[in-house]
Amino acid sequence: MSGMTITQKILARATGRASVAVGDIVEPAVDLAMSHENAALVMNQFEEIFKGTSLTPTVWDPSKIAIVFDHRVPAESSKTATNQKKVREFVRAQRIARFHDVRGDEGGICHQVLAESGYDRPGSVIVGTDSHTTTHGALGAFAFGIGATEMAAVWALGRVLNVEVPATIKVVVSGDLAPWVGPKDIILSLIGRLTAEGANFRVIEFHGDTIEWMNTSGRLVLCNMAVEAGATSGIVPADDETVRFLRSEAAVTGELDLVCADPGAEYEEVVEINAATLAPQVACPHSVDHVQPVTAVEGRRIHQIVIGSCTNGRLDDLETAARILRGRRVSRDVRMLVFPASWRVYREAMERGYLADLVEAGAVVMNPGCGCCLGIHQGALGDGEVALSTTNRNFKGRMGNPNAEVYLCSPAVAAASALTGTISDPRY
Amino acid sequence: MTIALEGRARRLGDNINTDYIIASTRKRDTLDESVLKRYLLETVDPSFAASVRPRDLVVAGRNFGCGSAMEVAATVIVAAGIKGVLARSFSRTFYRNAINNGLVPIECETADIREGDRLEIQLGGPVVTVADTSTGQTVTGTAVTGIMLEILESGGLVPYLRRAGRFHV
Repeated sequence: MSGMTITQKILARATGRASVAVGDIVEPAVDLAMSHENAALVMNQFEEIFKGTSLTPTVWDPSKIAIVFDHRVPAESSKTATNQKKVREFVRAQRIARFHDVRGDEGGICHQVLAESGYDRPGSVIVGTDSHTTTHGALGAFAFGIGATEMAAVWALGRVLNVEVPATIKVVVSGDLAPWVGPKDIILSLIGRLTAEGANFRVIEFHGDTIEWMNTSGRLVLCNMAVEAGATSGIVPADDETVRFLRSEAAVTGELDLVCADPGAEYEEVVEINAATLAPQVACPHSVDHVQPVTAVEGRRIHQIVIGSCTNGRLDDLETAARILRGRRVSRDVRMLVFPASWRVYREAMERGYLADLVEAGAVVMNPGCGCCLGIHQGALGDGEVALSTTNRNFKGRMGNPNAEVYLCSPAVAAASALTGTISDPRY
Repeated sequence: MTIALEGRARRLGDNINTDYIIASTRKRDTLDESVLKRYLLETVDPSFAASVRPRDLVVAGRNFGCGSAMEVAATVIVAAGIKGVLARSFSRTFYRNAINNGLVPIECETADIREGDRLEIQLGGPVVTVADTSTGQTVTGTAVTGIMLEILESGGLVPYLRRAGRFHV
């Protein structure tokens, strides 16, 4: 019998089977079910399931549900505030343990909060009502985005119905990254090669010495944006770095099961990336797979720079930006917004002086949240304006204005460009 | 078990993401699909929503529904009276959100279907058949089978669970 991929092994265990084959339809048990403000939609559907029965709507396991407010924080309208209030009441009534409210001690963007709170475990099945739930594959989990109705069923049953065991694309990244080139450039380059649908209904498994040397923060970037190539999930084999992160940065105790692929695992496709020759990459409007090296778009005039989001708002991202901007000034032609990915990141960046460096250079440090990335909470663009952003999507209208453009890049490209007001190469 | 659909083709292109189906900025004001349907696909074509007639069928190219997993992208299409979406390929999240809300996703070759063509669709068999009665051409698409078909026949995941009596672990 041929070997199994990481995803196959996780799904076999989550269904109590010795093995699963690509294309099998399974009902995996869920280890973690995450929602943000859209928990309000899940609640509606959850209650709908039980309507007309004598059963009281009760979640299957309140210790396995996480709810993190991040899309509209603090509430920008009475409508949002009322929604958040309803979710809080539900959290209390159902005794949901992993709730992260609008708080400076434990809040932030859901994907960062899950990772740093130690909720992600290698070998686990994680679902979230957010497409970027793929992020958690960075810690060796099989993690994917689902809709609100599907989540309502998970809240009831503790399982995801009819999941197809996906085929896997193996991506092998080798070589040392050049200075000012990082994980974002790897994933943008990969999306450019695979296209926005190249990994649809498949998993991307990341391998190679570049990945082995990469810290968890970088792996989170890769898996986060795997969905922009259409992948059901991205996954990095759990290793010593995974253990280091979970123990020392996420305070995880107890046994960890480092699930890895079998030597004979079958991959649908193998893609090789030479990290050593990679230049900084930029995804041009209005598609994430419209990727070019920064040199091809250098000099393009920009009006707003954004550093943040579930993709690139972590401590090392802010450190990169602070190193470039320390003692210098953001161009008067551009405004720069920085959204740390969580309040823990915010506090650590504050203690290390990064936030002071950024603010003194002219950047505006916002509270952690994702609203700017999708144009629903601060940081909107004006007609005809161009943004350069470390976020993950550049669809027309994404940052709140269909008459504007968004380019996507790494924190290094964003910070270097802040100095000039034009898209700039951080290597020079 | 078969499902039959009939309607008028409404042509769209490739990579119609969920933000294009319904802009996030519109969701800021309301999540009521009966209101949101006025803004259906406005980023792609501002006149689209007003021209939709009940039982229209969306016909797109590759990778329909990519991007955000937001379910309202499927439910706003349902609210507009559209019963099915045909595309050369779908994003996984949209495909599942469609089925879970009783919206029929049909994966088939769509290149020869023109705006306004009359389509007759049968699913439930080993393949899906899409007959374009305007051109006389018939194409076959990927079958929807098993529990996915049962969910569609039930009208979505919630009615399916109620019918199946699956409420708890």
